[in-house]
Amino acid sequence: MDILITGLLLGATYSLIAIGLSLQYGVARIMNLANGEMLVAGAFGAFWVFTAQTLSPFTAALFVVPGAFALNWLIYRVLLRPLVRRAKSRGMLEVETILATFGMSFAFVGIMLLVFGGSYFTYSYLAEPYRILGSPYGLNRVVASAVAVVICGLLYWGVHGTRTGMAIRAVAVDPAAASLVAIDVPRVSALSFALGGAVTAAGGIVLSTFLTMDASIGVVFTMKALIIVIMGGVGDVRGAIIASLILGLAETVVASLIDPGLTLAAAYLLFLLVLLFRPEGLFGRRQS
Amino acid sequence: MTARETRTLILVVVAFALLACLPLLRHGYLLSLGVDIAMYTVLATSWALFSGPTHYISLATAAFYGIGAYVVAAGIGTLPYPALVALAGLAGAVAAALVGLATLRLSGVYFVIFTLGLAELVRQIVTWVQNNFTGSRGMYVLTSITERMIYWELLALAAAVFFIGWRVARSRLGFALRIIGNDETVAAHLGINSAACKLALFVISGAFAGMVGAIMAPRLSYIEPSIAFTSELSFQVVIMALLGGVHRLWGPLVGVIPFTILWEVIAARFPTQTVLLLGIAFLLIVYLIPNGVVGRIESALRAAQRRVSHA
Repeated sequence: MDILITGLLLGATYSLIAIGLSLQYGVARIMNLANGEMLVAGAFGAFWVFTAQTLSPFTAALFVVPGAFALNWLIYRVLLRPLVRRAKSRGMLEVETILATFGMSFAFVGIMLLVFGGSYFTYSYLAEPYRILGSPYGLNRVVASAVAVVICGLLYWGVHGTRTGMAIRAVAVDPAAASLVAIDVPRVSALSFALGGAVTAAGGIVLSTFLTMDASIGVVFTMKALIIVIMGGVGDVRGAIIASLILGLAETVVASLIDPGLTLAAAYLLFLLVLLFRPEGLFGRRQS
Repeated sequence: MTARETRTLILVVVAFALLACLPLLRHGYLLSLGVDIAMYTVLATSWALFSGPTHYISLATAAFYGIGAYVVAAGIGTLPYPALVALAGLAGAVAAALVGLATLRLSGVYFVIFTLGLAELVRQIVTWVQNNFTGSRGMYVLTSITERMIYWELLALAAAVFFIGWRVARSRLGFALRIIGNDETVAAHLGINSAACKLALFVISGAFAGMVGAIMAPRLSYIEPSIAFTSELSFQVVIMALLGGVHRLWGPLVGVIPFTILWEVIAARFPTQTVLLLGIAFLLIVYLIPNGVVGRIESALRAAQRRVSHA
């Protein structure tokens, strides 16, 4: 029972980064491997607000989220749009965006190392027990997953309940057909990419309340987000949420029953099962 | 063999003979740089054998390299060294075959993601096994193998990579790969088993990375998970190959030499900034030299020729 709840709490926070990546890959068609660095940047923001300003880390969202939105919008417009335009096929675009975002990822890590140094950073926020069904859990984890659930709910409403959200879903299904019904595909793509970055940075704030981070840890989260997105099915918000919960559970089970050093192996095992049996994702439709 | 091929062959043999004389200079730093360049040449060229025609970006080099180094560390007390190098090649090939079977049927993205974390995954498993079953973490590889012998071994391996690359390019397999790289659907309609072709090349590159790891193990002398599996290596290899150009067999070599020297300089002066260097190199390649230096030079030459013929 402990494992189940801890796993679900962890999975709920993972869903934020997965939805961020899902918006970027599923809609804007950019496999953004610099996603994890955006998360670390968000976590740095929360760390700074808490230690230097002695405010609640969640207040960092006031500047981190708009900042990440603007930065990602710029990245898409300036760096990625030219690649989309010159690519001859989807495969070419994937190779080029993978290389370009690898470059961005390393450049971000380099800059963050310059600015913040290579040390671990952590802070203690709400580190007190909170009882669920009689067993104690860290209050920070409970609050973090509650915040994640609220953000996920807002996004779900945004994507499924508004006109812009409908345009986003249309582009996710077929960019060419979307432009036939007067959807400005480049604008919607840029919007989704920026929104994805903002969600990921928010995920960084949430995760920083209970995880220790350093400048070069981003790639670990990129990896997890990628596995979740593929498991859930590309561009599928519901699938991403369920896959996050599965990953959170699997990691917690392995960490508590076998060895905490094998969490990546647990994630890989899931990834391998998906690749072998359901490469189109849990809820994806098999392509002919 | 045509006259032109004979001439190229003689040039290559002379070049290798001259390079083999490098240790005779008795210049320690030059030799160690030579070892690095030879190592990256083997890794980048064998990487390009697979990734050049197929456009599948493999980040698994570090995993195979580490596996090779571990084979030597585990067997140095019981088996003769040459057998260990062969075994390391086999281990790299088997690992590549397993990864390839799971991922090469699918699109390139799955493959990149799977190889991205592979070195870290193997590292976690090795660490776990050592912590729980063998007791000690590190292992010593103490041999009488000197740096100049490592250099010669790598040079021989480089010759083998170039030979295999040349053979593959002229074979049915190489032709099939070029079609796959241009259009996989066309390849499927022609009756090419594209997954098998990709797998064959990936296994070759995995075997070479494993052997390189085995050859470098005596130089490392102390093997532990964080030394043997450095994911940075995979990225360096990708950058070097793409920087030079992957559409020619000797293209990666053009990228290896300047980038190895640049890496040495940066790592010595600003050790924390090698990550930034990797990032800038990737961005430069994508935005300024998408076909590598060799591609740039070739298109410049073609343009010059056209100008001459028009005049």
